[in-house]
Amino acid sequence: MFLINCPFCGEREQSEFKAGGEAHIVRPKQPTELSDDQWAEYLFMRKNIKGIQFERWNHIHGCRKWFNMVRDTSNDEIKAVYKMGEKPPVK
Amino acid sequence: MIKNLRVKSSKLVDETYRISFKFNGSTYYGFKGDTLASALLANNIHLVGRSFKYHRPRGIMTAGSEEPNAIVQLHNGTSRTEPNVRATEMEIYEGLVASSQNCWPSVKFDIGGINNFLSPLLPAGFYYKTFMWPASFWGKYEYFIRKSAGLGKSPNVPDPDIYEHKYIHCDVLVIGAGISGIIAAKTAAKNGFRTLLVEEKSYLGGSTIYQDSEFFKINNQNSASWLEKEINEIKKIENLEIKTRTSVAAFHGYNFLLARENLTDHLPLEQRENKTRQKLLKIRAKKVITATGSIERPLIFDNNDRPGILLSSAIKKYADLFGVACGEKNILFTNNDSAYETAISLIQKGIKVQAIIDNREEIDSKLIKETEKNNIKIYKGYTIVDTSGYKRINSISIMKLSKDGQKVIGSKENISCDNLGISGGWTPAVHLFTQSGGKLKFRDDDQVFIPNSYPSNQISIGSCRGDFTLDEILINATKLLKDFLNIKKTEYENIEIYSAFNKSKRNIWLLPSNKILGKTKSFIDFQNDATAKDIKLALREGFRSIEHVKRYTTTGMGTDQGKLGNMHALGIISETASSKMGELGTTTFRPPYTPLAFGTIVGRNVGKYFDITRKTPIHEWHVENKAEFENVGQWKRAWYYPQNGENMHEAVQRESKAARDSAGILDASTLGKIDIQGTDASEFLNRVYTNAWSKLEIGKCRYGLMLNEDGMVYDDGVTTRLDENHYIMTTTTGGAATVLGKLEDYLQTEWPGLDVYLTSVTDHYATISVCGPNSKKIIQKVIPEIDLSDKDFPHMSFKNSKIGKVKCRVMRISFTGEQSYEINIQANYAKSVWDNCMEAGKEFNITPYGTETMHLLRAEKGFIIAGQDTDATMTPIDLQMDWIVSKKKFDFIGKRSLYRSDTIREDRKQLVGLITDNPEEILEEGAQIVADMNKTPIEMLGHVTSSYFSPNLKKSIALGVVKGGKNMMGQKLIIPMEKKQINVTVTDPVFLDKENKRLNA
Repeated sequence: MFLINCPFCGEREQSEFKAGGEAHIVRPKQPTELSDDQWAEYLFMRKNIKGIQFERWNHIHGCRKWFNMVRDTSNDEIKAVYKMGEKPPVK
Repeated sequence: MIKNLRVKSSKLVDETYRISFKFNGSTYYGFKGDTLASALLANNIHLVGRSFKYHRPRGIMTAGSEEPNAIVQLHNGTSRTEPNVRATEMEIYEGLVASSQNCWPSVKFDIGGINNFLSPLLPAGFYYKTFMWPASFWGKYEYFIRKSAGLGKSPNVPDPDIYEHKYIHCDVLVIGAGISGIIAAKTAAKNGFRTLLVEEKSYLGGSTIYQDSEFFKINNQNSASWLEKEINEIKKIENLEIKTRTSVAAFHGYNFLLARENLTDHLPLEQRENKTRQKLLKIRAKKVITATGSIERPLIFDNNDRPGILLSSAIKKYADLFGVACGEKNILFTNNDSAYETAISLIQKGIKVQAIIDNREEIDSKLIKETEKNNIKIYKGYTIVDTSGYKRINSISIMKLSKDGQKVIGSKENISCDNLGISGGWTPAVHLFTQSGGKLKFRDDDQVFIPNSYPSNQISIGSCRGDFTLDEILINATKLLKDFLNIKKTEYENIEIYSAFNKSKRNIWLLPSNKILGKTKSFIDFQNDATAKDIKLALREGFRSIEHVKRYTTTGMGTDQGKLGNMHALGIISETASSKMGELGTTTFRPPYTPLAFGTIVGRNVGKYFDITRKTPIHEWHVENKAEFENVGQWKRAWYYPQNGENMHEAVQRESKAARDSAGILDASTLGKIDIQGTDASEFLNRVYTNAWSKLEIGKCRYGLMLNEDGMVYDDGVTTRLDENHYIMTTTTGGAATVLGKLEDYLQTEWPGLDVYLTSVTDHYATISVCGPNSKKIIQKVIPEIDLSDKDFPHMSFKNSKIGKVKCRVMRISFTGEQSYEINIQANYAKSVWDNCMEAGKEFNITPYGTETMHLLRAEKGFIIAGQDTDATMTPIDLQMDWIVSKKKFDFIGKRSLYRSDTIREDRKQLVGLITDNPEEILEEGAQIVADMNKTPIEMLGHVTSSYFSPNLKKSIALGVVKGGKNMMGQKLIIPMEKKQINVTVTDPVFLDKENKRLNA
C-alpha cells in the first residue's frame, strides 16, 4: 500500500486517496466542433503504460484536493506529486 | 504401547506442569511449553494424518510453520473448530481436542488409502485429463470431486471469538527473533530508533537458543548462553517492543506489513472468555529488517514420506527444546554438516544414533570427527534408495553413489530404524522479501536463492540472506546494520566467534535410485502428493514455465505453500530441461505467509459493525410506528408502515391511495443536499445540468438532469435558487457523495477559474414532504404565517419561513404528481416538526408512507429513478426526456456525446410504459421483453425496470426499456416467464394525470 505525499497535507496512507486515471487530458474547449473520432479520442482513449505514467489522484478522505502524480507502474515507485495546473517536475 | 520418550533438561517445557489433551479420541499428557507435535512425539505417536491424494500415512515432519503433514482439525463439531492447524505450532493447553484430517473412518485405517495402490492411474493432471469428457457429465463428476476435495472441515456456525485490528507505526521493524533479529533489534533500539521486534514462535532466540555445545562459541561462551544474555538485555530496552506469537503474513510495498498476533490460542478455553483472540497488526515501518531465517530442505528419494521421517533439524529441536526423543533407533541422512549437529545433540542426551548416511564422499570437519568418536557408523558417499514400514518407518535401504552422483552402484544394504532425520541443506526464507517486490539471485555454490535488490527501505540479514554459519551471520549482519541504520559503531565490533560448521555440501535435487523413475514415489510436495515423476511428466507433456508446472502438478499449492519442496521442483525442472536455475526463476510468493483466519482479516467489522448505518433524525419515530426499513446506500429508510398485520402489498396500496385521496407524509431527509455559492454558481449549473439555469428567478426551483461526459444519465434532482449567487442542489440518496465528488473534480481540474464553493449539507437539514389534496391545509396549520396561495407560492417555488423561532425553507415541489410541500429544517428540530405535521394532519387522515409507496406514486406519473429506470447506458433522449436538453446552450457535460453515431441510433433501448392485458397481473422487475417467441435465438428487446399495482388506476403498470420503444406505442409485446407468457402493450410512460392538474388541485 502506497504512502502518498499529498501536496497539501503531506504523507498519508493510500486508503485516504482515490485514483482518477490518466492526467493531463484537457477537456476540449469546443466539443461541438469535434468529429466523432476526435471526441472519442478525448472520451475513451487512455494509456496503460508499463513504466512512467502520469496520473490524477484525489485526497478524498482528507483535503479532497485533486493533484497529479508521476508513478512508475513497473515497481509502483512514486516519482513526484504536484498540484493541478503545474508542470510535471520529471519527464 | 505408550512409552515415555522424554529426556531430561529441556529448554522450553516445564515438567512440573502437566497438561492433558485429546487426540483422535484418546487422552494424552504433555507439559506446559509443548506443542501438539512435541507432545504427540513424546507419546511415541508419529502417524497424525493422511496425504491429500493417495491417502498415504503421514507423520510429523518439521517443528515449525513449514509443516506439510501434521495438520489437524481442532475442536471438531464446535463453534471454535478450525481446520488445517499445524500441530508443530499449536501450543497445547488443558482441554485441547484435536483430530486427524483427510481420513475415514480413522487415521490408522483409511478407506481412501486405496488411492495409493491406484496411483499409477492418478498421474499429474489426472483430473484435467479425465473429467474433460463428455462435457455433459461434469455435473456428475463435480459431486464426487467436491466430496474428496479439501482437507479439514470448516466451521458452520458464527465464530464466537473477538478479533481486532491495530495500526502500528515504527522506525524499525525487525521480523524474526533469531540471533540476527536479536542483535538487529538491540542495535536499532539502542541507537534511538523506535523498534518493533516480531517473532512467530512463543520464545526468542531462534535455533541458536538451543545451540548449546562447545562447537559454537561467542566470546568464549556457548552461543546459546551468550544469546540468552542478549535477550535478557533487550527485554529491558524502553523503545523496543517485542511481540511473540506474531507472524508476519504480508509484506507490501512502501514498508506496509500485516502481521497476526496470537493472543489466546495457547490458553485453556475457559481463560479465553471476553479476550481478543488475534490481532491483525497493520504496520507501517520506516525501515524493515528481515531476519526470517531459513528452512531445512528434505532429500528426495523413493518413499521419503513415511511417518518417522523428519527433518534432521526438527529432531534436534524436539530433543533440545522439548526434551523429546523422536525415536530410539535414529538414522540421519544428509548432504551437509547439519545432521552432525543433530547427532551430537542426541548423543549428549543419551539418544541412540544408529548411523549417518552422507551423500558426500570425501569429507572432514570437527563435527564429523566428534560424531565418529562416539562410534557412530558414517556411510560416506551413500544414498538411501528406499524405506519400508507402512505406518512408521522400520528400515532403510542404502546404496553407494557413483562419482557423478547420477547413479547408484554396488549392492543394497538394509539398516533397521524407527526414525530417520533428513537434511538437504538450507533454503533462505525469502518469502516476505519477494512479496515486498524484492528480486532474487541464484548462488551456484550452495544452490540457493538470495536477496539481490531491495524495492523499499529494508535489508535482509542472517540466514534469510544466505549467511548460514555463526561467524558469517554476526560479521555480515553487523556490517549491514551499520550501513542501513547509518551508525558508526555497534557493540559487536570485536566479537570472537567460533563455529565448527563446515559449509561443504553435495546438492543432488533428485537422488538416484536402483529402480526406474516410474516405479518410485519420491515426494516433493508432501501435502499435495506431488512426486518427482509428476514433475518430469509435466515437462514431457510440454510444460516449461515453472508457474505452469506448479499448477499442473499442484506442487506448492497446499496450505504450506510448498515451503519444503519448491526448491527441489525447480531443481528437477532445471536439470531435466537443461536450463539454469537463476534463469528459471521461482514461482510467485504470495501473501499470507501462513494461513490467516477470516476472523482476523475482518476484525471488528462484523454484524452491525460491518458498515456505517446512517439514520435520519426522524428514525426513532419510524421505529416506534413499526416501519419496515430498506437500505439505501448506508441509509436506513422507512420502506412501508404495516398496520394490523398488513403485508407489504396491502400497506403500500393503502399508503398510495391515502396520499392521492387526502394527504401523505414522507421522511425525505436522506436526499443529498449540496449548498452552492459564488458569483459563477449559475454558470456552473449551466455546465453540469442539461437544461438552462441563468434565467431561473430567485425563489424558484428547477428539476435538472446530470449526465456523464459520455452522455449517459448520472443523477437527477431539484435545485433551488435561494439568492443571486446561492443555490441548494438536491441529489439522489445514493448519489450524493459521488455527485459532490464529480462537481469538485470539474471545479478543481477543468474550470478552476469559476468562483464557486460547494458544501455538503445533507446531514444538516432534514426534509419532510407532505403531499396530497389536503397538504396545503396541513402546512398552513404547521406554519401559520406563510402565504400558501397558488399565486403567491406556485408549484416549483420556495419560501423562507419560520416554525416558532426556528428558520425553515419550504419548497413546493412534487415527486408524486400531487400538490406537495417540502419543509427543510435544521436536523435537530426535525422530529418535532414531523410531530406537528402528524398532529395537524390528523383530521385529514395524514398517512406516513415509505420508499415503496414513493416509488409507486412516481411510477404512476412516469418519473424516473436514476439507477433503477436508468443504468449507465441511457441518455435523456432514450428516456423520452428531450424537453430537458437545452439546444441553445453552447456546452454542458455530456452534450457532445448526445449526437455520436451510437447515441443517435433509432433502435437504442428507450423508456416506455407497459400495460398488461390482464390488469391484475404484476410484472417482475428485471423480466425480459421480447416480440417474437418463434425466432431463434429469441431476440431480447429489453427489460422491465419498475412495476407496481396502482391502487389509483386500479391496474398493473410498469416501466421498461425496449429497443426502438419510442416508435412502438400501442404495439403488443411478450414477457416470457418460467411457466407462462405475459402479454403487454407499449404505452406512454405517464399513466396518471398527463395534464398535471393535480399539482394545483
